[in-house]
Amino acid sequence: MRASPEVVLSGITKQFGAVTALAHVDLHLTRGRIHALLGENGAGKSTLMAVLFGLARPDEGSLRVDGTDRVFRSPRDAIAAGIGMVQQHFAHVAAFTVAENVALGGQGRYDPAAAAEQVRAAAATAGLALDAAARVGDLSIEAQQRVEIVRALARGARLLILDEPTAVLAPAEATALLAWLRRFADEGGTVALVTHKVREALEVADDITVLRAGRCVTSGPASTFTPATLTAAMFPEAAQLPDTRAPVAPTVRESRVVASVRGLSLRGPRGEPRISDATFTIEAGEIVGVAGVEGAGHAELLRALAGVQTPSAGTVELPHEVSFVPADRHRDALVLDFPLYENLALHHAGQRSGVVDWQDVRRRTREVLHAFDVRAGSERSRANTLSGGNQQRFILGRELELRPQLLVAENPTRGLDLRATHAIQSRLREAAASGAAVVLYSSDLDEVLALAGRILVVHRGVVREVPHDRDAVARAMVGDW
Amino acid sequence: MTERAAGRQRIGVVAEQLAMRPWAAAGLAVSGVLVLGAALVGLVYGGAAMHAFWAGSVGTWYALTSGTLVRAVPLILTGLGVAIAFRAGVFNIGAEGQLLAGAIAATYVGLRGAGALGAATLPLALLAGAAAGAAWAGVAALLRARFGILEVISTLMLNFVAADLVSYLVRGPLQEPLHIYPQSATLPSIARLPHFGPSTRLHWGLVLAVVLALIVWWVLVRTAAGFQLRVVGANPFAAAATGRISVTRVTTHAFLISGGLAGLAGAVEVTAVTYALYDNLSPGYGFTAIAVAILAGLHPLGVLCTGFLFAALETGATAMQRDAGVPAAWASAIEAALILAIIAGVALRTRASNLARGGSEE
Amino acid sequence: MTGLDPLLAATVRTTTPLLLAALGELVTERAGVINIGLEGAIIGGAFAATVGATHFGIAGGYAGGLLAGAGVGALLALFVLFVRADQIITGTAITLLAFGTTGALYHAVYGAGGVALSIPTSAALRIPALAAIPVVGPALFDQPAATYLAYVLVGVLWWHFHRTHAGLDLRAVGESPRAARAAGVRVTRVRALAIVFGSMLGGLAGAVLVLAQAGTFAEGMSAGRGFIAIAIVALGRWNPLGVAVAAVVFGVATAMQYVVQALGWPIRYELVLMLPYVLTLLALVLSPRSAAPAMLARLDQ
Repeated sequence: MRASPEVVLSGITKQFGAVTALAHVDLHLTRGRIHALLGENGAGKSTLMAVLFGLARPDEGSLRVDGTDRVFRSPRDAIAAGIGMVQQHFAHVAAFTVAENVALGGQGRYDPAAAAEQVRAAAATAGLALDAAARVGDLSIEAQQRVEIVRALARGARLLILDEPTAVLAPAEATALLAWLRRFADEGGTVALVTHKVREALEVADDITVLRAGRCVTSGPASTFTPATLTAAMFPEAAQLPDTRAPVAPTVRESRVVASVRGLSLRGPRGEPRISDATFTIEAGEIVGVAGVEGAGHAELLRALAGVQTPSAGTVELPHEVSFVPADRHRDALVLDFPLYENLALHHAGQRSGVVDWQDVRRRTREVLHAFDVRAGSERSRANTLSGGNQQRFILGRELELRPQLLVAENPTRGLDLRATHAIQSRLREAAASGAAVVLYSSDLDEVLALAGRILVVHRGVVREVPHDRDAVARAMVGDW
Repeated sequence: MTERAAGRQRIGVVAEQLAMRPWAAAGLAVSGVLVLGAALVGLVYGGAAMHAFWAGSVGTWYALTSGTLVRAVPLILTGLGVAIAFRAGVFNIGAEGQLLAGAIAATYVGLRGAGALGAATLPLALLAGAAAGAAWAGVAALLRARFGILEVISTLMLNFVAADLVSYLVRGPLQEPLHIYPQSATLPSIARLPHFGPSTRLHWGLVLAVVLALIVWWVLVRTAAGFQLRVVGANPFAAAATGRISVTRVTTHAFLISGGLAGLAGAVEVTAVTYALYDNLSPGYGFTAIAVAILAGLHPLGVLCTGFLFAALETGATAMQRDAGVPAAWASAIEAALILAIIAGVALRTRASNLARGGSEE
Repeated sequence: MTGLDPLLAATVRTTTPLLLAALGELVTERAGVINIGLEGAIIGGAFAATVGATHFGIAGGYAGGLLAGAGVGALLALFVLFVRADQIITGTAITLLAFGTTGALYHAVYGAGGVALSIPTSAALRIPALAAIPVVGPALFDQPAATYLAYVLVGVLWWHFHRTHAGLDLRAVGESPRAARAAGVRVTRVRALAIVFGSMLGGLAGAVLVLAQAGTFAEGMSAGRGFIAIAIVALGRWNPLGVAVAAVVFGVATAMQYVVQALGWPIRYELVLMLPYVLTLLALVLSPRSAAPAMLARLDQ
């Protein structure tokens, strides 16, 4: 087994047009140690790892592997240097088998039997069980992640980069992965772990580096840090922003049912069963949190509540005005090439007929921009000229403009910086406080617990209310009700 | 949404980008390619060819009114249809076949109905033409909606079928009474679209084309239905996520209207210009319409300009071939080069603006 | 039995260019690219073969076809991979360009009358042992060399896709370019090669049309074969053996026009001409799209 490379990144700078993603960042990855790269969304962590893996070329700075200056023009070069990466959004071919995925990038003739044997051997050495003949697209998320790791190892990776690996895992699975990383490092491997979870970094890392707005704020052995010092390094303004971690105490408490679901069953995009026999009600003024791992069925559930998806069985009773903030804002919530006022009109586009009063639409758009503090040129600016945070503020403003009785939000703060996140969370609380019902799904368990009064957990199609307790929710997410 | 919808989105996004930046890109590309083309032709074939081209397209009153403007009518009508389809994310390249379907229907109504229908023959012939064009497009629309079949392929196949159908009809059921020539009988005068005067070939179809362009523009920009169409073309996912827009319904309607306009173009050609059905009735209007629409930035009023431009190009090329022996097929090559120049321009501009804005969010 | 011989031989003859073009398109589509310019490659190859054969004989003709196909492929690759223009619009424009250019050049070089040229044609090569097989022997094994190339290509492509890493990489590029890139595959290079290879086979198909069938060039003689090839790939479920079977089906449909004339059947000729195109539509209805490479025609990664 070849020795793990020692990698030193120095003075890395990367610009994307007018945006500076990284400015003079240093990173030293030592053999046999786990190095956590901490920072909030947009801090530059993924960009730095992209540079390390050859997916991006830095504008300035150097990369030294085992003392030699190197230039990675593509992942090929990084792989040859013994570096492997497990990306946040898995990079495997869903239609291929595990063996085919692991064999990808090889040379010469391809023998399926030999490839299967290679997988078995690599998996056994690493202590990760895998079925070489299984179609990767059919595997669970956790198994798919194992495929990514085995593939990197089969290519000879001794330095593993993992980008937010626990974001898609249930708490129990995350613990197992971190334990495996510890063993890998103890056997001489190197790990670069990208995360925004302070707790996780302190739990498993030997060294920690904190990035903020593209700059390295602090770096050193994990033992020299505390949760407070790390949080302060990541979010210096945190002290000045309102504390949104206390669950909302609604001022309007009429116990009025706004939406109800009875015996609801839903199917996924390929017709597969996703939700079976769900029954619950949503009341005015409350924030109901939904938790579940990827693929549990919450996406379909939210869409049924938003009135966008029809049930395959059972009933959904919804109020007159329902608003929806989908997770993929660029794809589902906006027409990026259209000006903002046309995006406002999008919300009711299907209900109107006849002539459109564009002047009125523009006026309403100006009001929304002002009321929701959206930084944009004007109502005529194209949607794609706004930053992510401002786009989300606009979308929320559009959805709340007509005072819906029910607001369904799917990962509304994903990918946003701290300031925008707080702004969105405040709006959700305000909406609930003024009488609307809010259904919120977030892949960030802490956010769900902080905002919601009630929690519904979705596991393999079953929907059940669970006590407002982190452990209870975490266990329920993997089926331990 | 499925991957076929993702494919639609891609086309729609391209269409919307084409629609958004017409003038600067188009102006530059058109000027560049035309100047280059003219220079090449002049170099290779000499001044006589250039003169023939100019005189034959817009240089003389007769060429302008009885040549170019007459040729512009079917180009504008089919161009409008293609623009509407593209705006909705429907890649309808079957305008040629839809035009022929309209020509067939108009010929049939004009010939068989003249006795019974009297003064209504002409309007009914035109309506039949539009309906037939819509129905021909409807086949492809159905295949797209029900089976997810790429309309690029289905509309292209239907073009060939339509051409073979015309060949069959003019040698069979619709052949002229003497059974000598592969063409239909001549339309009686009651089924003909009036000209502006006895000495010109220019006809009222031009007015029809301009009026329709204005109507299409108004509907696209001012009505809710037009807005829905634009949204569906630009981002079908967002349209579907509103829960109230049926992407399938909107695209099918756009497809049918597109075919109807092409069918109307065929009906107008038969009732105003050729007065009969025969092989090669259309010298590729349906394909030129693609260039017309793209160059116009998918804007209905732009289509009026580019329709005229391409009519001049092709009329001039025909004159050039007749008078100076230069192959007219160069016009097609230039049109294709124009399309390539436009899409290259749009794509490069989009890339530049993406890079300037800072790449991906995550 | 003897009545069947002409139909079988005609079928193999008409199938050959369709199979060649379809196999080329198969490689291109497996890399995730749809080549609407294939029709342009065929007509371009046909014209280039005419010019090549007139001046340099049969070999020159085939070389011309391959070169024209490569040119079309290079143009498409340039626009789609580097300019990032839309595949379908670009392909359509290239096909229009090819039709216009070949038509114009044909008139310019060979005169406006469209006189039928006499070009050396590709003689049939008889394989003695195999041609003796009853019924199918003469039809399958007394054909020009290009036909044998098509047979061999089916097997070669199957082996390439399933028994080489290069083929695995190609398939990965069509399914998930992100995954391929992360595994170290040179995605753009693979796509470019796939596009050029596919177009070259299209050009070769055009050369076969001229050198082994018509013996001359006529404007628009590709008659939609490039688009039919796209349908063949879909009907054949994007694998070489399926494509071969599908190509035969279309070969039969295309051969019908000659058979009908030769045997004097009372079906209207023009209606028989429609057969391949109607069949294409039917084939597309019957082929499940789920078999297509996931990233076909998307290119947003």
